[in-house]
Amino acid sequence: MLKRIYLDHAATTPVHPEVREAVLPFMGEYFGNPSSVHSFGREVKKAIEEAREKVASLVGAKPEEIIFTSGATESDNWAIFGIAKANEKKGNHIITSNIEHHAVGDACEMLEKMGFEVTYLPVDENGLLHPEQVEAAITEKTILVTIMHGNNEIGTIQPIKEIGEIVKAKGVYFHTDAVQTTGQIPVNVNELKVDLMSISAHKMYGLKGVGALYVRKGTKLGKFIYGGAQERRKRSGTENIVGIISLGKAAEIAQRELEQRMAHNTKLRDKLINGILEKIPHVRLNGDREKRLPNNVNMSFQYVEGESLLLNLDLKGIAASSGSACTSGSLDPSHVLLAIGLSHEIAHGSLRMTVGSDNTEADIDYVLEVLPEIMDRLRAMSPLYNK
Amino acid sequence: MYSEKVMDHFSNPRNVGTMDNAKGVGEVGNAKCGDIMRIYIDVDGEKIKDVKFQTFGCGAAIATSSMVTEMVKGKTLDEALKVTNKAVAEALGGLPPAKMHCSNLAADALHKAIEDYKAKLEEEKK
Repeated sequence: MLKRIYLDHAATTPVHPEVREAVLPFMGEYFGNPSSVHSFGREVKKAIEEAREKVASLVGAKPEEIIFTSGATESDNWAIFGIAKANEKKGNHIITSNIEHHAVGDACEMLEKMGFEVTYLPVDENGLLHPEQVEAAITEKTILVTIMHGNNEIGTIQPIKEIGEIVKAKGVYFHTDAVQTTGQIPVNVNELKVDLMSISAHKMYGLKGVGALYVRKGTKLGKFIYGGAQERRKRSGTENIVGIISLGKAAEIAQRELEQRMAHNTKLRDKLINGILEKIPHVRLNGDREKRLPNNVNMSFQYVEGESLLLNLDLKGIAASSGSACTSGSLDPSHVLLAIGLSHEIAHGSLRMTVGSDNTEADIDYVLEVLPEIMDRLRAMSPLYNK
Repeated sequence: MYSEKVMDHFSNPRNVGTMDNAKGVGEVGNAKCGDIMRIYIDVDGEKIKDVKFQTFGCGAAIATSSMVTEMVKGKTLDEALKVTNKAVAEALGGLPPAKMHCSNLAADALHKAIEDYKAKLEEEKK
């Protein structure tokens, strides 16, 4: 059978065996509704609160500041629309960057249609924002700054702490999408000076369809989902018990294994980046070399197109992703790659490989053996090569 | 997402390469949209004696290029001009809807190569 190597951990991670073990009883014996008064409800309620404590502990929050959601898209949407709604008397201006995930970017565009003003700060050629850009953009009408922590495509880690200090001093709310960083690098809501933070379970070895929003005590946040007053009346809907248990367990494992996980991923990442730069000509690394997620490799290969690269890798058992238009579902390549100044042609030839706990050095060796052959073949076929 | 036939032509493309002294060359697409197809033809009388392609693009772009070369090799110029983008897609067992538009231009590239050949003939006659 073909050897399969998964290098798409920024898309989703495999479920950790301990997570799988932890959720099984909640698909059997423990099925109660946590809102119920009886013992069936109480035992599940207790498990949810334990999960909340674990998530809070991972990010340095108080348990009551963690609210479970259906995932980071809901968390991002809620933070943005919830702050806008509850604070519109104070102002109608939001600040974000031009490399946010669509869960933030599209929500901001919707706010513009609703009459809010949004500033999209441009990042530099490495995908970094500079805190002084944020400072200069804040006006008396600014009610929210939302900047992602680690970029899902190019891996750049923003100076959230420095931005947070500025935003806090101006008395403006600060949200960060920490989906790619939570469980990957140290994330602490007090050090980062954020008021709101989005978390996802399935990017850190938990299940899909569950996440959390950290909401600092005292934050004026409007409701997003109305109903049965679950989650301290903040987010209604009978809890996704299995998902929440998975997130709690994933957070517990992440806290325990963080250092080891970072060291493992960084080693594989650097081996992959250096190997590609050494073996393949006409290639560039996208994103900052130093301020970078430990698991992220994003490179552009001149003269080839991303989707055909992905298909060829898949035929060899390697799973990766690309920012090419063909894989984005639109006619344009990734907005992140264009934002760092890549031409359409170079952006189309991008390849993202994101490593994780299940990868080994042998996996990277295999990629470094296969990738140059694929590149030679595709370039020989390309009318742009040798021109 | 792709049919078996598409994957066959993608992983074992037919007639890849360039051609020295090609009688006609046609190119469509641009790097901005992510697809460029170039087709070379060698013509003997009315017949396409040989055909080669080079493509920068996605799986569908490569497979349609390969398929069109297979469909017209040995055919007359008139027969080749009747091959449409749609016919190429059908011969591949269909393409995903999103690919019908941007990546299904191989027949256009072939037609341009034939036009190029005919224009060169006219030039020679003058």
